[in-house]
Amino acid sequence: MNKIVTAAAQADAYFAELIREFETAPLSRRSLDRRSLFKLGGGAAGLVLAFSLVRGREAEAAVPAAGDPALNAYIRIAPDGKIQILAKNPEVGQGVKTSLPMIVADELDAAWSDVHIEMAPVNSALYGRQIAGGSTSIPMSWDILRQAGAAGRAMLIKAAAKEWKVPESELTTADSHVIHAASNREIGYGALASKAAQVPVPDPATLKLKTPDQWKIIGTSVTGVDNHALVTGKPLFGIDQKIDGMLYATYEKCPAVGGKVVSANLDEIKKMPGVTDAFVLEGNGVVTDLMPGVAIVANSTWAALRAKSALQVTWDETSASKDSWSALTKQALDLSGKPGKDVVHKAGDVDAALAGAAKTVEAFYSYPFVSHANMEPQNCTAWVQGDKAEVWAPTQTPERGQQAVAKVLGLPNEAVTLHMVRGGGGFGRRLTNDFACEAAAISQRTGTPIKLTWTREDDMRHDFYRAGGFHWLKAGLDANGKLVAWRHHNIGFSADGKAPVIGSGIPPSEFPLPMVANGELSQTLLPLMTPCGAWRAPKSNVVAFVVQGFIHELATAAGRDHLEFLLEVMGEPKHLPPGNMQAMHTGRAAGVIKLAAEKAGWGRQLPKGHGLGIAFYFSHAGHFAEVAEVSVEADKTVNIHKVWVAADIGPIINPSSTINQIEGSIIDGISTMHLELGIEDGRIREGNFHEYPLLRIGQSPKIEVHFAKTDYPPTGAGEPAFPPLAPAVANAVFAASGRRIRSLPMMKDGAFV
Amino acid sequence: MITLKVNGQERSVNADPDTPILWVLRDELGLVGTKFGCGLAQCGSCTVHMNGKTIRSCSTPIASAAGAEITTIEGLANADGTLHPVQQAWIDLDVAQCGYCQAGQMMSAAALLRDNPKPTDADIDQAMFGNLCRCGTYTRIRAAIHAAASKLA
Repeated sequence: MNKIVTAAAQADAYFAELIREFETAPLSRRSLDRRSLFKLGGGAAGLVLAFSLVRGREAEAAVPAAGDPALNAYIRIAPDGKIQILAKNPEVGQGVKTSLPMIVADELDAAWSDVHIEMAPVNSALYGRQIAGGSTSIPMSWDILRQAGAAGRAMLIKAAAKEWKVPESELTTADSHVIHAASNREIGYGALASKAAQVPVPDPATLKLKTPDQWKIIGTSVTGVDNHALVTGKPLFGIDQKIDGMLYATYEKCPAVGGKVVSANLDEIKKMPGVTDAFVLEGNGVVTDLMPGVAIVANSTWAALRAKSALQVTWDETSASKDSWSALTKQALDLSGKPGKDVVHKAGDVDAALAGAAKTVEAFYSYPFVSHANMEPQNCTAWVQGDKAEVWAPTQTPERGQQAVAKVLGLPNEAVTLHMVRGGGGFGRRLTNDFACEAAAISQRTGTPIKLTWTREDDMRHDFYRAGGFHWLKAGLDANGKLVAWRHHNIGFSADGKAPVIGSGIPPSEFPLPMVANGELSQTLLPLMTPCGAWRAPKSNVVAFVVQGFIHELATAAGRDHLEFLLEVMGEPKHLPPGNMQAMHTGRAAGVIKLAAEKAGWGRQLPKGHGLGIAFYFSHAGHFAEVAEVSVEADKTVNIHKVWVAADIGPIINPSSTINQIEGSIIDGISTMHLELGIEDGRIREGNFHEYPLLRIGQSPKIEVHFAKTDYPPTGAGEPAFPPLAPAVANAVFAASGRRIRSLPMMKDGAFV
Repeated sequence: MITLKVNGQERSVNADPDTPILWVLRDELGLVGTKFGCGLAQCGSCTVHMNGKTIRSCSTPIASAAGAEITTIEGLANADGTLHPVQQAWIDLDVAQCGYCQAGQMMSAAALLRDNPKPTDADIDQAMFGNLCRCGTYTRIRAAIHAAASKLA
């Protein structure tokens, strides 16, 4: 085992822990009893709710705008009736700063026009897990936020009952008022707030939550709470922060991850106009914290950027990445055509089933590394003053950010205050806090507040990438065109020689393995140093392309309609595995597949040169089917005309932002089909948007979104709409042109590669 | 010292002549609504109006703005706070996801509508080509421009 801990291994350990956090936390906390509330010992869920609802000293101390009565950690009501609701999770464009408070407000029976939203402080004891990741904000907050709102409403009713000396049962609420119909009286929440704040916190078990027909805010389209500030250019984002006396910093790291600074032309840099300092940071060598590099500090961003372009660094690349995409591709091709040694799943007798099959189909799929490419480059503002530090970080994991900064500064966690500021795009990039560590370390050295701004090139070349990958598949069909054997060799990457890097592994539960009597999944993991990270729907965003494309190949080989074949593979309605309510349900899957097909007019007469393609994928507890209509021109130009989406994600909190997320996923899906990063000698080839051409407005298709009605609890929408897009388009291209796309990027400049 | 007009106000700035307008706005004048995205005029996040035309402020030196009139997102609304129809449409249609690119999008949209009060989808696609949105809000951007156009009519 190589004793150098690679960047990829560090990143992977970080994400493995994060994923464990996602997976071990219950999606929905549905049964909280009185004991767990008051004993504070009934598991993490009970503990969090207890702290949230009790107006303890913690809540008082944590909630800003102290003064107005707090009903619990989420709700404050001013005497004038203004209701402050705190948004617990980071906002990076997924809309949770609006949708999470909507849940509280509805159960509180507040008028939305009375509500204003502030970001909650970072305090997991009060608010539980405060992460923007895994499409988990809605499912993990649903019950708690409903109970927080309902508890507030119950306290206001109690206060009014006492005031009017009438039974609580005679009181109702509406639009931020308690109403006593019998005496034709009503009183605003503002007038009751200080008395309600004295009422004992109710036992959650006694709270009566609204039924869906009673919702007034949930299920309505609410415009984002920051929208007015956004359209008038107010400072909202990380990069907009400013502190008196602040200096501006840049940070240059080795283009091949893992390289160290030997020397740099610091004297020359320090003489440049506006530059106040330039120095080397050794870092702690952990890629998710602080890697070695050269910091330049100046009196303006431009002075720092200008100096950075004149910076010359000699790097020691002994331990740096030498990764090469072309070499990895060659290795993968050599491994293709046979199973891998490492068997992940085996059922039945695949050899015999393939030998006995009426027809076999074999294919090799591949896709490249891609970057998150947040529109807002990574940045952070930090002020380290001796033994305490404050950071303003556009992060998806604020608590982890606080801990990482504390570690890098050599301070205890409590000494670091992290302010959640809006992030200009997340997509998984801001789950790590390397930018915050860099800013804090630079401020510690200068003793001044600083704002660190990455260039676009820094951002693209120092990412935690969506790993590329390779797949060889072989499957068998019987004489009736039924799937009887499935063999899949996943050729991915490992940082430690053992486990796949994030997004590179496929679990044995991967569809359609549980439905195939003779099925085998094996893997070979090639060594990698390039850091990989969670990229919108990790693993799913690529496996969908491979598996849903290959299923279409099988349907085609069997001479069968893809829709009918896909529904047959789904089989009877059941959870996979049975008993797990959060798992994929084949009945819900069939439901959205049929819905998408119906809306798209599957089987209809199409214009010449047009084709329809369908694909389904389950991820992040969401069932999504998508149909694409494309046309392929004689010169191989592909036009994507329209995409139909059918989703089953439970009830929709805010249709406006949910549809926006889904439309964005479709456009991101098409965009990503065009994109690739080259890696040679450990270096990322692309640096800016002319080399990494994100989709532009004229290339975006019409999109139609439909939701299946369902009794399941709500789940997230940020990620699960992404995976089915690429296979739906690839299958449509085949239908239109007979060309099979097995390699991404599948188009360049609108035409096949 | 370079003198220019920003959102109707006379401003004198100390920045070096090669400084892109973007950084003068953000760092020196405190107008942070205009965003840094690429530094190469590739993404449009930094779009502002100079003498009524859209420019990419990340790649236009302040020296070229001497005596010019610059309008940024902060200056798009009326002085009384009434929003420009584009801004209002952006709120009504809940266009933004992360919102980072949207100041640039709105500045391009406002310029389009001034020159062409009734743009077609094709006109919009052409005028907005230089503005990237990583979140993929293009469908709503198009719809919001049509909505703003109908209010201007």
